[in-house]
Amino acid sequence: MLAQSFSFADLASQVLVGLSRAMILFIVCSGLSFVLGVLRVPNVAHGALYMIGAFSAYSISLLFGNSTIGFWLTLFLAPLVVALVSLIAERALFCHLYQREHLMLLLFTFALSLILGDLVKLVWGATYRSVVAPAVLRGSIPIFGSAFPRYNLFLLLVGPLVAVGLWLFVNKTKMGKISRAAAVDREMVGALGINVSWVFATAFVIGCYLAGLGGALVAPTISITLGMDHNIIIEAFLIVTIGGLGNIWGALVGSLIFGVTQALGVLFWPQFAIVFPYTAVVIVLLLRPTGLLKSVW
Amino acid sequence: MFRGAAKLVSRQWLWPAAGILIILLILPPLVPRFYVYILSLIFVTALLAMSLNLAIGYGGLFQFHHGVFYGVGAYTLALMLTKTSLPMWIGYIAGPIAAALAGLIIGWFCVRLSQLYFGMLQISLGSLIWAIVFRWYDFTGGDDGLHGIPRPSILSSAHNTYYFILLVLVICLVALYIIVKSPFGATLQAIRDNPQRCAAVGINVRRHQLVAIVIATFFAGIAGVLFVVLERSVFPSLLFWTLSLEIFIMCLLGGWFTFAGPMLGGAIMVALRTFVGKYTEYWTLILGVILILLIFFLPEGVMGYFLEKFKPQIKEAAEGG
Repeated sequence: MLAQSFSFADLASQVLVGLSRAMILFIVCSGLSFVLGVLRVPNVAHGALYMIGAFSAYSISLLFGNSTIGFWLTLFLAPLVVALVSLIAERALFCHLYQREHLMLLLFTFALSLILGDLVKLVWGATYRSVVAPAVLRGSIPIFGSAFPRYNLFLLLVGPLVAVGLWLFVNKTKMGKISRAAAVDREMVGALGINVSWVFATAFVIGCYLAGLGGALVAPTISITLGMDHNIIIEAFLIVTIGGLGNIWGALVGSLIFGVTQALGVLFWPQFAIVFPYTAVVIVLLLRPTGLLKSVW
Repeated sequence: MFRGAAKLVSRQWLWPAAGILIILLILPPLVPRFYVYILSLIFVTALLAMSLNLAIGYGGLFQFHHGVFYGVGAYTLALMLTKTSLPMWIGYIAGPIAAALAGLIIGWFCVRLSQLYFGMLQISLGSLIWAIVFRWYDFTGGDDGLHGIPRPSILSSAHNTYYFILLVLVICLVALYIIVKSPFGATLQAIRDNPQRCAAVGINVRRHQLVAIVIATFFAGIAGVLFVVLERSVFPSLLFWTLSLEIFIMCLLGGWFTFAGPMLGGAIMVALRTFVGKYTEYWTLILGVILILLIFFLPEGVMGYFLEKFKPQIKEAAEGG
């Protein structure tokens, strides 16, 4: 059932939809990539934290009665909830395991994702939830002759902002520089008198904060439900891999490839839309097995 | 002396294994039908976990998406039985062969990479297969899967299915044991422990790893075929990455440096899901907690813990004999 015909306007607006999807993916993946770069752990619980971000956005926006100011507060508070959850998990459990093998750390994060996933079910239940965007971001505006949702334009603005913010943090602040150094040689950083354990904790929490931010931002565009963690995490892993493990700009490139191919798939062959981005990932990995950009590993 | 110890260990395990087998053989008429089904499911899952352990425990390969090969085996049989009019036995043979073929193709790309990159490439290739199966409604039934798959009349009763699965499991276990103890198995473990040195003494590391993947995926395909025999249906979650991680956990749970450990892990997992799942809908929460306890306190797995504990006695016996 190939789509038979489509206009340039369809193509352009679908590319824009893909780009705004890519922004969400980028925000989530940059956090995953940051944790991967500093801690060397593929954090499977990242998807569950993203889901918690979306569900907390639902609860917080309900608390403020779906008002415009409430929406902005939600965007601020929901990721903080996620950051708090991750801080507790890190200090209570994760920080005792850093000396273990990689596979053990991977399995720990998987166990964490199982627990967090069920806690979400316990707190919010298995029903569908939705968040209403504020009036200023509702509706759509015409671009290239077709209606384009305003909220997606907002996402196109937020994505680059997060990218610039993260770049400033990693390259211009002392904390960012220390975490980059800890990624390369944790023993040396420790020898210089820096508390590496807390560096890792900070990096982990920042990464998880980004997962929560992604969840809060995506909340108005989808129906929030259990199982959304499983879908995002596999996409996020693939994006981080094709971008180059631990490379934040790689996460951006990977997200753009993934989001746009998915959107084009919807246009060209809706039934197999989901196959397009996976095919793109496979092609990239076969051509450049270690990712498009330089991996920090 | 090492040879003597190895012989002794296997002889020590022979009698308990034979005892368990005899119990399993006389059990079906004595227990309710539900338990016969659960035991059959445990056998299928145990074989799946054992097949993964060949790659991960003995080969040290980051076989992250093993579930795909299980699914490919199951779907091949299901499609052969429902879409073609070929004799049934061809489907039963084609399942494992298709899984091994998928293992050969995916493994051929993966073995050039190491560790985490190996795992990620496998996840992406596996997800591609999952996505196709998930969406191809006309052929694979899409997200509904295929149900009511016919099976030969000889397997129509629950007891016959049980004995058939048990028979196949025992044959596969013997085959896996022979493979692990063969020169090939020894080489594989040497590669796991030190790939550089193995390459330096002239071992073709990649070829050995590829062969290990093909063998492991072949047995995963057998497990997939047995799943269809038992459940008479297939669905895309057989190929989803969460199942692959679950198999991984079974290996950890039982102990991945032991031969029979993953089997025990698979049994624990199925039993947990069945019996904890009966009382609460939050069984993954409990699984997560168990997993964390295991990582903290029993990193070698249940079987590994007991082996460690009784090792002095075994060694003593070996030196005495």
